[in-house]
Amino acid sequence: MIVRKKDRVVVLGITGKQGAFWTEKMIAYGTNVVAGVNPKRAGETHVGVPIFATTAEATAKVGGDVAIMFIPPPMTKDAAVSAVQAGVKLLVVLTEHIPAQDVMAMHAAAARHGTRIVGPNTAGLVTPGECFVGIMPAFVPSVFRTGRVGVISRSGSLGTLICLNLTRAGLGQSAFIGIGGDPMLGTTTRDALEALDKDAGTDAAVIVGEIGGAMEEDAANYAKKMRKPMVAFIAGAAAPPGKKMGHAGAIVTGNAGSYASKRKALEAAGVIVVDTPSQIAAAVAAGLKTGRAGSKLAASQ
Amino acid sequence: MNFEEHAAKLLILSPAGIPVPRGVLCITAAEAAMAAANIGRSVIKAQVPTGKRGKAGGIKLAATPDEAREAAGQILGMRIGDYTVERLLVEEQADIAHEFYAAVLHDVTARKPLILFSTEGGMDIEDVAAAKPVAIRRLLVDIDGRPSAVDIADMLKGLNLGAAEEQIARILDRLYGAYQARDAELLEINPLALLGDGRVVALDCKFVLDDAAIYRQPEIAKGGATAAMTALEKRGAEVGLKLIQLDGNVGVLANGAGLTMTTMDVIRHYGGRPANFLEIGGEAYTKSEIALDLVLSNPGVKSLVINFCGAFARTDVMADGVVRAWQKLKPRVPVFFSIHGTGEQEAVTLVRGELGIEPYDFMEDAIQAAVKAAQ
Repeated sequence: MIVRKKDRVVVLGITGKQGAFWTEKMIAYGTNVVAGVNPKRAGETHVGVPIFATTAEATAKVGGDVAIMFIPPPMTKDAAVSAVQAGVKLLVVLTEHIPAQDVMAMHAAAARHGTRIVGPNTAGLVTPGECFVGIMPAFVPSVFRTGRVGVISRSGSLGTLICLNLTRAGLGQSAFIGIGGDPMLGTTTRDALEALDKDAGTDAAVIVGEIGGAMEEDAANYAKKMRKPMVAFIAGAAAPPGKKMGHAGAIVTGNAGSYASKRKALEAAGVIVVDTPSQIAAAVAAGLKTGRAGSKLAASQ
Repeated sequence: MNFEEHAAKLLILSPAGIPVPRGVLCITAAEAAMAAANIGRSVIKAQVPTGKRGKAGGIKLAATPDEAREAAGQILGMRIGDYTVERLLVEEQADIAHEFYAAVLHDVTARKPLILFSTEGGMDIEDVAAAKPVAIRRLLVDIDGRPSAVDIADMLKGLNLGAAEEQIARILDRLYGAYQARDAELLEINPLALLGDGRVVALDCKFVLDDAAIYRQPEIAKGGATAAMTALEKRGAEVGLKLIQLDGNVGVLANGAGLTMTTMDVIRHYGGRPANFLEIGGEAYTKSEIALDLVLSNPGVKSLVINFCGAFARTDVMADGVVRAWQKLKPRVPVFFSIHGTGEQEAVTLVRGELGIEPYDFMEDAIQAAVKAAQ
């Protein structure tokens, strides 16, 4: 799920206002956009990209490793399933408010075809200096720069802020992995952490979590055996229980998904958990200097 | 979207062929007495879209129409959770031999529908799960299919359900069908009762409709309960903005759920109290003008943080809306900005030029200043 310059990208919904705007941004940054999909505009060219009637036709004619969708909720499931059937390896689903049963159907289709879904409700993926697939300000130099810190975030806006803080402290990023705000994600915090662990270009990982669900707790289980320094910020400490805080996944019921539960699990796994976003950069810098600062592993080394 | 019990039974269970007790919806004590006269021994149940009705005193038994009138009089107008009781369901009393639990919901980790069944019905399933986890049977279902009779029989194996097993299996199958057809987020029967005469009947029902699927369930959605909202939250909902009014004094306007929550967290971190949650994420970023109006309409607001970090949301578009709202409303509260990301330069220039305010470089500094100003 770390995107590369060589990845051939197909944009579903390229002719819409947002689809066209972000496709131009992606191309300008270096993303290898090879095709767009719109059944009504097949044969045309839009923002310099050839358009095909279906994703299958696009991948057959010009190839396609990654698909990104600018598609409204009622049409997302069918578009996603057709992209999965067309054989893309990675499908980035930006759409928010997709009916849950459609989301489950998308995940079932992806599992059958071996496709990785990132999202739904993700802001996408950025590999600074190479390319980006999504709706992130990769091209704003104050936010992203090349480097060796991997960032995982459920939220696009908060993820942007975290990368900005890292960049200001001189810490560039190896990858930004936006996993999304939907309760049922194709790529979890743990999946993304594993990818950063295995990435030779990443020296440290930052987890930007949120209340709700059990993904941070699950990621903590993986973090236990990780040697790279890890820092986390969990949003929602001040959120009142029982209220959905925007992201459908961000709700605390009983103790499940609470801030305290996530913080405890991460800290027990040796992850430094900070209180405010501006503390992240210093914690990462300290972690890089000393190895896994604060962890049992580091203490014994 | 939540539904009251009577709506869940009428709109979901009955059409699916799942038996429910005979009952009548009433809005006055006189109506309740009349219903009880027809039904006989009755149970009078407060209709509010929240749990713990029994514990709150919202469910009473009545042997006669007079008792029904009296019980109804006590329950109507009662506060349960955030709701005032305005409706009652008068139902025939059930001769309960045993209480089961049945539900269908999303297993978010498995990303599949999950059928739950337990022989320990009548209490909260969370309590059963904590006290006696083995008492709960689970069946994950492939979303593209439907559980087979064999799957359900396997799920119920060893529970010694006797003659009730066939009825329960049928009810679970129908419950799953209704979950799928009606875009349920949760469809729960608790208790599912075995009666003295051997029938299995749904005594209560909780149905939550997936908010994202309301557009394709228009008829069902008409029967949904009105959420408890403040006047300000209602105004937000009318313009498509999710506002949660809180008891603090630092107003919050930020883009995206994650950044908005974080802004609230940092306000608390510095000893302040946020006055609201308001998300203008996704396409809603173009609504910053009306959003600011909403935040400032909260009389508790003594200072304001505007924290933008643009990814998809363009900060120049949001700042433009803020400037327009500010010039129109001319608020007296001090405001503290932090602006970064997509459109940052234009946005900062706009705020500086039109409002004469210099945004803070770090959101923490803007928030600290706002917390101080609110004190």
